[in-house]
Amino acid sequence: MALFARTPRAPLEYSRTLWMRLWVGAVMVFLYAPLVVLMIFSFNDSKRNVVWRGFTTKYYEKALGNDQLVEALLNSLTIAALATIVSLALGAVAAVMLWRFRFPLKGAVDGTISLPIIVPEICMGVAFLMFFAAVDWPTDLVWPFNLGAITIAHITFCFPFVTMVVRSRLASFNREQEEAAKDLGASEWQVFRDVLIPHIRPALVAGALLSFTLSLDDFVITYFTSGPDTITFPVKVYSMVRFSVTPEVNAASTLLIILTVALTFIALKLQGVKAIAETH
Amino acid sequence: MTEPARPIIRIQNITKRFGKMTAVDNVSLDINAGEFFVLLGPSGCGKTTLLRMIAGFELPTEGRILIDGQDMAGIPPNKRPVNMVFQSYAVFPHMSVADNVAYGLKIAGVRGGEVRDRVAEALELVKLGGFETRMPDQMSGGQRQRVALARSLVMRPKVLLLDEPLSALDAKLRAQMQFELSELQEKVGITFVTVTHDQDEALSMACRIAVINKGEVSQLATPSDLYEYPANRFVADFVGSVNIFEGKLTLDEPDKAAVDCPGLGKVYLNHGVTGPHGADVWVALRPEKIYLHVPGAGKAVTAAAQDAPDGHNFARGKIKGMSYLGDITLFEIELETGARIRVSRPNLSRHDQEDFTWDDKVSMHWRADSPVVLLG
Repeated sequence: MALFARTPRAPLEYSRTLWMRLWVGAVMVFLYAPLVVLMIFSFNDSKRNVVWRGFTTKYYEKALGNDQLVEALLNSLTIAALATIVSLALGAVAAVMLWRFRFPLKGAVDGTISLPIIVPEICMGVAFLMFFAAVDWPTDLVWPFNLGAITIAHITFCFPFVTMVVRSRLASFNREQEEAAKDLGASEWQVFRDVLIPHIRPALVAGALLSFTLSLDDFVITYFTSGPDTITFPVKVYSMVRFSVTPEVNAASTLLIILTVALTFIALKLQGVKAIAETH
Repeated sequence: MTEPARPIIRIQNITKRFGKMTAVDNVSLDINAGEFFVLLGPSGCGKTTLLRMIAGFELPTEGRILIDGQDMAGIPPNKRPVNMVFQSYAVFPHMSVADNVAYGLKIAGVRGGEVRDRVAEALELVKLGGFETRMPDQMSGGQRQRVALARSLVMRPKVLLLDEPLSALDAKLRAQMQFELSELQEKVGITFVTVTHDQDEALSMACRIAVINKGEVSQLATPSDLYEYPANRFVADFVGSVNIFEGKLTLDEPDKAAVDCPGLGKVYLNHGVTGPHGADVWVALRPEKIYLHVPGAGKAVTAAAQDAPDGHNFARGKIKGMSYLGDITLFEIELETGARIRVSRPNLSRHDQEDFTWDDKVSMHWRADSPVVLLG
């Protein structure tokens, strides 16, 4: 049958060699085996969750019925959303500023903006703890204002990523398009809105995705800036694990994975995967 | 022309310096309403800077630019009555063809049906009717250029500026676009100012050409004047191909002149040149204005003697190089003086290219109205 006819391998068709296939398989296992195990064991009918004892979905019901866990998840999503919006605005403006203008101390500004990416998270966490204590940040505000400290901390480490992605996209901008728009009568603001923003839109989507996921799963910095009433999802999971690893934790984690994958998928669909790939 | 030429752009003593480098050096010229004007020059000569100063993207260091009588000093590009077609076309990639063309109109506050009508009209003008919903990445380079043209023309500018409009197109398409641009310019009656480094482009499209060299205007003339009566060695050499020989002016009267060139021989002209007697001058002779003959029969001498005194306007040499180009054959000939000269010969019949070959001895003559005497 023609379908299974063995054609000779072309010089660059490495994907058809056995060792390449084995290698790719090994990489996939290395990357995803822990996640798959986590998901499978979320259906395990056992309290201690070490050995498989049969299928159940009761831990999903339990996780969704756990008010503290749901509240933590809600906190996390709120923080992530706020941090993403602010990081996007701040990061994009910083990128455009660094790309477009010359000003004194530009080199210094350029360097310090990317500093939060480099500084170890633990140092950032301690620094935020000291800072919020020093300025006497109020801890008794009503929801969602009590999330302010964590949100500020998240913005600090999220927006440099947005700046980075947007800047690399700006590097491919054809300045003649800006001039063409001006030539047709556009003001500076109209050029920004009609030409520059559409050009960097894929980078904005990529930056938003990065910010959202970074914020959602941050543990270290959040641990130092959260109070008793402002538990986020990762911090809550950590405290649950300290007692025992029940399938409830697995179920909650699985839900979170599904949520983030779905969000990413929707964002990619909205934008077109090709446009995202263009940023790199 | 029946109506008197009215200048739409007046460039007055414009100088532009970038740091210590002078890109445009005290240029003054008038561009007339409705003409196809070309700024021609080698890369880096300042022609694009001049164009960008008209558009308002560069500010002159000195001098002023008037468009339709209005001083452009302090007027930003988005407020000037000119539009530009950029070298990269700069079509907005995220907008459809119709949105690209409508962009300027929308900013100008034109609304609704008028936008649609004018966009359709402009697209029809550049032969892109029916392409309204296409995206730029689904179009060829030539089509994108038409979008850029339509986008500018729809604004009905007083002047359309074109920066190297044909440089990115392949040879066939370029030749076609040369005709189309000229045709379009006649149809819409807008003044076109084009920048190019390509002399064919300039000669074929322009009403008048300004040849720019090192930031200065070398010559401003019609295409045929530029080619047949170049004002100096730079223009003679840049526009078309030319043989240039140094010589001394030995005779200069109102109706005749003669130059003694050590490299070429005695050159006779049937018109005066108004230069000081005995001055150092240069003689420019176009390759296509030299006739080749088989030596021995004295044909060259006889032909030259028809309109020049004995011993003038002919030379002998040996073919050192040949390139067959189909319609013409180009010869590189070493003269008896050791100098080299280029001669082109039309292949009028199918076997003409077989008449001469490498190392053949040849003689040649030219007519007394062919050489141009250059003083600088």
